[in-house]
Amino acid sequence: MKTRHKKLALIGGALAIIGIIAALVLNALNSNIALYITPTEVAAGKAPQGKLFRIGGLVKEGSIQRQADGVTISFVITDTAKDIPVAYKGILPDLFKEGKGAVAQGKLDGAGTFVATEVLAKHDENYMPPEAAKAVSDAQAGMSANQHVSPSSAEAAKTGN
Amino acid sequence: MIPELGHFALILAALVSLILGTLPMIGAHTNRQAWIAVARPAATALAMLVTFSFACLTQAFVANDFSVVYVAQHSNSLLPIEYRVAGVWGGHEGSLLLWILMLTWWAFLVAVFSRELPDTMVARVLATLGLVGFGFLLFILLTSNPFERLLPGAAEGRDLNPLLQDPGLVIHPPLLYMGYVGFSVAYAFAIAALLSGKLDAAWARWSRPWTMAAWIFLTLGIAMGSWWAYYELGWGGWWFWDPVENASFMPWLIGTALIHSLAVTEKRGSFKNWTVLLAISAFSLSLLGTFLVRSGVLTSVHAFATDPRRGIFILIFLVAVIGASLTLFAARAPKVGLGGRFGLISRESLLLTNNVLLVVACATVLLGTLYPLLIDALGVGKISVGPPYFNAVFVPVMSPILFLMGVGPFARWKEASIPEIAKAVKWALAVGVIVAIALPLLYGQWYAMTALGIFFATWIVVTALLNFIERVQHTRAGRGFLATAASQPRSFVGMHLAHIGVAVFVVGVTMVGSYQDEKDVKMAPGESVDVAGYHFTFNGVKAVEGPNYVAAQGDFDLAVNGQFVRKMNPEKRNYHSSAMPMTEASIDAGLLRDVYVSLGEPIDRDKPEGEWAVRVYYKPFVDWIWGGCVLMSVGGLIAMLDRRYRVKARAAANLPAGTQEA
Amino acid sequence: MNRYYWILGAFAALVALLAVGLNLNPREVPSPLVGKPAPAFTLAQLAEPDKTLSPKDMQGKVWLFNVWSSWCVSCRQEHPVLVEFSKKVDVPLIGLNYKEVRGDGGFDMGKMSAEDEKKLAWERANSWLSQHGNPYKLTVMDLDGRVGIDYGVYGVPETYVIDKAGIIRMKHTGPITPEILSKKIMPLLAELNK
Repeated sequence: MKTRHKKLALIGGALAIIGIIAALVLNALNSNIALYITPTEVAAGKAPQGKLFRIGGLVKEGSIQRQADGVTISFVITDTAKDIPVAYKGILPDLFKEGKGAVAQGKLDGAGTFVATEVLAKHDENYMPPEAAKAVSDAQAGMSANQHVSPSSAEAAKTGN
Repeated sequence: MIPELGHFALILAALVSLILGTLPMIGAHTNRQAWIAVARPAATALAMLVTFSFACLTQAFVANDFSVVYVAQHSNSLLPIEYRVAGVWGGHEGSLLLWILMLTWWAFLVAVFSRELPDTMVARVLATLGLVGFGFLLFILLTSNPFERLLPGAAEGRDLNPLLQDPGLVIHPPLLYMGYVGFSVAYAFAIAALLSGKLDAAWARWSRPWTMAAWIFLTLGIAMGSWWAYYELGWGGWWFWDPVENASFMPWLIGTALIHSLAVTEKRGSFKNWTVLLAISAFSLSLLGTFLVRSGVLTSVHAFATDPRRGIFILIFLVAVIGASLTLFAARAPKVGLGGRFGLISRESLLLTNNVLLVVACATVLLGTLYPLLIDALGVGKISVGPPYFNAVFVPVMSPILFLMGVGPFARWKEASIPEIAKAVKWALAVGVIVAIALPLLYGQWYAMTALGIFFATWIVVTALLNFIERVQHTRAGRGFLATAASQPRSFVGMHLAHIGVAVFVVGVTMVGSYQDEKDVKMAPGESVDVAGYHFTFNGVKAVEGPNYVAAQGDFDLAVNGQFVRKMNPEKRNYHSSAMPMTEASIDAGLLRDVYVSLGEPIDRDKPEGEWAVRVYYKPFVDWIWGGCVLMSVGGLIAMLDRRYRVKARAAANLPAGTQEA
Repeated sequence: MNRYYWILGAFAALVALLAVGLNLNPREVPSPLVGKPAPAFTLAQLAEPDKTLSPKDMQGKVWLFNVWSSWCVSCRQEHPVLVEFSKKVDVPLIGLNYKEVRGDGGFDMGKMSAEDEKKLAWERANSWLSQHGNPYKLTVMDLDGRVGIDYGVYGVPETYVIDKAGIIRMKHTGPITPEILSKKIMPLLAELNK
C-alpha cells in the first residue's frame, strides 16, 4: 500500500510539473512569437495591429536615410510589389545594404511606418534569407498572375537606375 | 595529387568502417574470437586513414591549392596561415570531415583505453561507432566531397567568411564537435549494453568518464561560441537562441541529465532504462542538430548554404540510427530490472527530479526551435520564435534545478529526511536571502529577478561549502582538517566545483541582464559620451591596413572619474574579395565589468573622418558567464579523473550482473 | 507491444515533421516566373557597349539565359559545360553578367563613380571570357543587379530556358552539370524546337 502511495505521489508530482510547464510554454509561445508578413500583405491591411511581427524583402535602393540624431535610420523594404517604410533606432548589422535582403521585426505605427526593434540581414551573393527570398518570389507570383505591373513596383524597378 | 590521395583515403576509410561496423558485431553475437579481435585494429586503421585525409585537405589549404573547389571557396592567398588551417572547417564539407575525424579519434581512444573491458563489450562499442562512422563517411563521399576539383583551377580563392577569421573560430568548432561526437561513445556503450543485455553498474561506471569527457568539451565549445559571438558579432549579446545554438544546447542539457543519471545507476543500480534512453537521446540530439544546421530547414544566421540531397541523406541516416536504437531500446527495456528501491525523499528522487526538469527544459528548447517549422508545415504562416519565449520558459524551469542543486548533496541515498536536510542547509538559506536583498540594493536598483538570481548563486555556493565541510568532518578520523579535505574523492570535489561554476554563471547572467547599459550615439571627433560612469572621448577614425583587409580604426579614450584609463580602438573592416564589412569591437575586460565600444557606420559615407554612429556598452560581470562554464568544465575534469574509474573497473567487470541491485 | 513503444511514435512524428520541413525550403525554390513571360529589360552588350539587347529581340527563338559573374566560383565550375554546349548545340546562349563590380566585396562602391564602375566591369568581364572561353552569343551587363531582381536571381549562377514566345520554361539555380544538361535541358530544348 505504501509503495503504491509513493508511486502515485511521484506520478502526480510529475504530472503537476509537466502541466505547469505546458501552461508556461503555451503562454510564452502565445505572446512571444512574431508572425512573418510580406510587404504586400501589410499593404493589404493584413498586419496585426499593436502586435510584434516581421517583414522581409529587399532594402530599396536609395531609400536609406539617417535622421538628425544620427542613430535613427529610415529605409524602405520592398518585395518588388509593395513598399513599406521602416524606422529603426540603433546600429544596423554589417551586412545590411541597399538592394540586399533584410528582415525587420517590430510594429506598425499609426502612420503606416514599420517601427523596427530588430533588423536582421544576411547576405552573401549566393544567399538571401529564406524569408526575404519568399517575399520576393511571392510578390513576383502575384504580379505576373495579375498580368500587369502595379505603379509602385514599376517605381521600385526604376529606382535602381 | 595530394587531394586525390585524401579522397582515396576517405574511400578506404568508408570500407574499413563498414568492416568495423559488421565483423566484430557479428563476432560478439556468435562468439567468434577472431572476428571480435578485428575491432581494435580496425578502429586504429580508421582513425589513421581519416587523419591522413584531413591532413591532405589541410595541406591543400596551406599550399593555396585553388584547384580544389572547397579551398577556392573558403580560402585566399592573402589569408594568414592560422586562418588557412582553420579554414579547413570553415564550410560544410570540411567541418563534416572534422566531425568524422573526431568520431574516429574517439573510437581510437576507446580502443586504446579499454583494456580492462570484456572483449565482446569493446567489440560491440567499436562496431557501433564504426557503423555511425560509415554513415557519415558515405554522406561525405556522396554529397559533400571536400576534395572535388575545379578545372581549370581558380587563380585566387573567394576567401574565408570574415566572421570566421578570428582566433575563436580556430578552436570553437573542434571543441564543439568533440563534445557533440563524444556523446557517440556513451551512445555506443548504451547500445552495446542493450545488445548484451547487461545493463549493470559496471556498464554505468565504464560510461561515466567518457560521457563526462564529451560533456566537458561540449561545455567549453558552447562557452567558446558564446564568447566569440559576444566579441566578434559586435552586438554585445552572448546568447541569441538561434537554431544553431539551440542545436548544441539541447545535447548539453540531456548530457547533463545523463551525467547525473549515470551516477545513480552506478551507485544504486536504479534508473537503468532511463539512463540508456538519455544516452541514446544525447547522441540523437547531436545528430538532429547536424540535420537542422546542414539541411537548411531552419533559418539561421549561421546556417550553411544548402543542398536538398544533403538534407535527405541526413534524414535517412537519422531515421536509421535513432529508429534502430529506439526500437532496440523498446524491445529490451521491459526486461531490465528496476534496480534499487528508494524513498519519496531521497537522493535518487531528487536526482530524478533534476533529470525530469532538464529533459523538460530540453523539450521546450526543441519546441521553440521546431515551432516555426511546424507552423509552416501546417500552412498557417511563417513565424519566428524569439529570445523572449526562451527566456520566459527557461527561468521558471531552471529555478527548481538551481534550488535542488543545494539540497541534493545533503540527501542520503535510499531514504532521506526533510528535517535533517533542512537543518543542514538553513544557514545557507539565511545567507542567500540576506545577500539577495542586500546586493542589488548596493548596486543601486532592486529587481525581483536580480534578487532571485543572486539568491540561487549564493545558495549554491554556501551549500556546497557546507556540504564539503560536513563531509570532511565526518571522514576526519583524527586527521587534520586540511589533510582530510585534500584527500576527498575527486568526483566529490569535482561535483561541487562544477556546481559553483553554475553559480558563477548565474551571477554573470543575472548581473548583465539587470545592470547592463548601452548607448547608440552619433559622435563627432572630440565629442564624448558617458555610460555607467565610464567616459568615452572620440578622437576620430583613421585608415589602417591588415593582411587581407583595410579598416577604419576608431580612436577612443576611456576615462573613469576624470582619470585616463586606456585607449580603445574598435575597427570597421572591409575584407578584400568579400562583400561583407566586419565590426571589430574593442573591449576593456575586467573581473567585475566589461566596457565595450563598437563602430557603426559613418554618418556621411563620403566623410569617414567625420561623424560616426557609435555603440558603447557597460556589461557588469559578463565574463562570469564564461568563467562559470570554465569552472563547470574543470569540475567535470576533476570528477572524470576519479580514482575508481581506473582501479575498480576490472573488479567490477568481474562481478556477475545484478549483484549491485540487492 | 509494450509501453516503451510510444517513444518510437514520438520519433516518427518528429521525422515526419522534418521530412515535410525539408520540402518546404529546398534550394530549388519553384520560380513563380516559370510559365510566365520573361521580364523585359534593355541592357548594354559586353562586346559592343553601344548596342543593347531586349528579350523581344530574341522572339521566335528558343534561347538560354545564363547569369554569371567573374567573381563567382561556381560559374567557373559550370563554364566548361557551357563552352562545350555552345560548340555542339545551335541554341543561342545569352549571358547576363550580374553585378560584376558591386557583387565583389573588394571594392568600396561609395568611392567609385558610375563611369569607373562601367569601365572596370567591362574590363573584368572581357578578360574573364578571354581566359576561360566565351560560350555566349552575347552577354549583357546588369551592373546594379536590377534585372537580376526582376528575374528572381537567388544566387549566381542561374540559367533560364526561354521559348519562342518569350515564356520562361525552366529555371535552374546553381551550376549546370553535364547531367542536368543532358537529362533536363537538352530534352526540353528539343521539345521546344520541334
